[in-house]
Amino acid sequence: MTATTLFDKLLQSHQIKQFDDGSSLVLIDRVMLHERTGALALANLVADKRSIVEPAAVFCTIDHIADTSPGRPMQTRMPGGEVFIEAMRKQTTDLGLTLFDIDDPRQGIVHVIAPELGIAQPGITLVCPDSHTCTLGGLGALAWGIGSTDCEHALATKTLRVKALKQLRINLSGTQPPWLTAKDIILHLIATHSASRAVGHVIEFCGPVIESMEIEQRLTLCNMGVEMGAFTALIAPDQKTVDYVLGRPYAPANNTNEATQHWLGLATDDGAKFDSEIDMDVSALAPAVTWGTSPEHAVGIDEAIPAPIKANGDSDPTRLAALAYMDVAAGQKLTDLAIDTAYIGSCTNARLSDLRRAALILKNNKVASGVKAICVPGSTQVKTQAEAEGLDQVFMEAGFEWNESGCAMCFYAGGDSFGDQERVISSTNRNFEGRQGPGSKTHLASPETVALSAINGTISDLRLHFSNVG
Amino acid sequence: MKGITRHSGKAVLMLTDNINTDQIIPSREMKSVSKVGLADGLFANLRYLDASTGGRTPDPQFVLNKPTAKGASILIAKSNFGCGSSREHAVWALHEYGFRIIIATSYGSIFFDNCINNGILPIVLDQGTIARLTDAVNADTELVVDLQHCHLSAEHLKIKFNLNEDKRQMLLEGSNAIDLTLKHKQAIDQFLVHDKTARPWVYDLSAANSNNPTTKLHHPTCQESQS
Ligand code: SF4
Repeated sequence: MTATTLFDKLLQSHQIKQFDDGSSLVLIDRVMLHERTGALALANLVADKRSIVEPAAVFCTIDHIADTSPGRPMQTRMPGGEVFIEAMRKQTTDLGLTLFDIDDPRQGIVHVIAPELGIAQPGITLVCPDSHTCTLGGLGALAWGIGSTDCEHALATKTLRVKALKQLRINLSGTQPPWLTAKDIILHLIATHSASRAVGHVIEFCGPVIESMEIEQRLTLCNMGVEMGAFTALIAPDQKTVDYVLGRPYAPANNTNEATQHWLGLATDDGAKFDSEIDMDVSALAPAVTWGTSPEHAVGIDEAIPAPIKANGDSDPTRLAALAYMDVAAGQKLTDLAIDTAYIGSCTNARLSDLRRAALILKNNKVASGVKAICVPGSTQVKTQAEAEGLDQVFMEAGFEWNESGCAMCFYAGGDSFGDQERVISSTNRNFEGRQGPGSKTHLASPETVALSAINGTISDLRLHFSNVG
Repeated sequence: MKGITRHSGKAVLMLTDNINTDQIIPSREMKSVSKVGLADGLFANLRYLDASTGGRTPDPQFVLNKPTAKGASILIAKSNFGCGSSREHAVWALHEYGFRIIIATSYGSIFFDNCINNGILPIVLDQGTIARLTDAVNADTELVVDLQHCHLSAEHLKIKFNLNEDKRQMLLEGSNAIDLTLKHKQAIDQFLVHDKTARPWVYDLSAANSNNPTTKLHHPTCQESQS
């Protein structure tokens, strides 16, 4: 038998038909929807007089524009946003779909609740009209973001057409220093290999660093696969994954031995071929922060912002524009930059383990004066559990706002935004122009780096903190 | 959806890498649960000086606001066009504005599929070819795109391009992907029957749904994973 990859196995176990051009018709096991794009997919479906093949396998939440202020109402602060929320409520009722509404204890950012509730599982296919669905590859699910029309297709046929894809293996080796997080690793990877390196590819992350990595960090890593251009990202399920998944509300309750066996058998066979491979030793990596307006504009915290020059020596207009927009200069160090706001939130870095690590840094410290700091837990459950552990107190005593769960200020639509042109250090995944509000200057970083920068008032090197506390 | 067989039109150049769907249509411009009424918000943050406050004062510097860009239906960009958010609104807005053809060296993968689903032809050309093309076109050049034969021509240039055959057919005929897939309904049903015995746990959704959600939310490994 030929050696096959994790992706091959996931594809083959869902492949209904293969077409001459190498594309496949694949079975879709789960669909997740949020109000911002899902309501529209449902509206189109109804307008086209189609019905949903398996309504029980469709899960909906209200996350993108939900108000995140403490004690929030059941609405949004986004002007005109109510129509999305109301449409979601009406359609899920009409169609008999599971909805985790704003006041539901299961509510949260779609890619945070999918693993948390056991909806995302190893070995399944899962789609959602949202680009960061690739997050769920961290559990060994073949999960990817789609548009609304393809979403309608998945609902009405329980299948999707997947084009032939190339496979890229990213092997992470070395010893992961205590300050180095999955966020730093993925930012380094994108900066080194570009935001378009993985276009047309499925990424598989593997190697010793992955084996010892906690599940929630694996989710962070895969979350940003799409920022490298990938169709999706994957990590082979192992015993850690099995332990993480089983017991959750929508995880298998019967046939768990068979399921476990199936999951553990998905790992890439020895000798399986990839179209290309990247090796990265993480031992010497510094915490990473972005300086520009694409996730590929990242540097190690102690490096200077690079000159806007292409490999062939020509000046690079995209980078020149990014420097101007961010009001930074080539040669400058990020640690010299004062910040206005610090944000811990999003599907990238607002799970319980993220908040715990940030809290370790915030404990007995205060946010620098003049800095606004906000924490938005990734789900209502994360928030509740964090509160049970007293993390909310740590955040609030340090001077952070402690908000309700949602996408909120990760992107500018929830009715909140940072002040005009503010410099934000953010645990999110996109630093596009205006992503977090008009003129917002977003520097992507790990939640730990965000926490420390909030305390210092300037973008800060986490390693100094670690050497101080020993 | 109307098919595209042959299209001729003027091109505008947006020669930067990584133009993302947030730029194509900012989230704020997606105001209703609808695919229409989006053209006004196309490239809003670049197109209007006061977009952030909902204003509509054209920025004369922006390419679409130049008088020569009027009526353009072909957009030429560089790499990774349409990366970022999955919002199909980006494609709907481009289409409603009048764009039918996009030319770039690569695309965001969701965006590419969204184009095919909505009657926009995304052409992939290499960097050198795009450079030759952009050298050849000026404000008044009519580009002619022939999807029957997969070539485009401008002035004295004639360029071949490739597109997956099924996608080409879909665009030519303006057909609906769901209807095409439903032709395989029998194969899908057979697969499902087999799969339900092969992976029964995937279909076992009733138990969780009937339980009280709140009691089962907290999971032991959340506590263990403290680092
Ligand atoms: S947290 Fe941000 S990136 Fe994640 S799903 Fe929400 S808006 Fe998208």
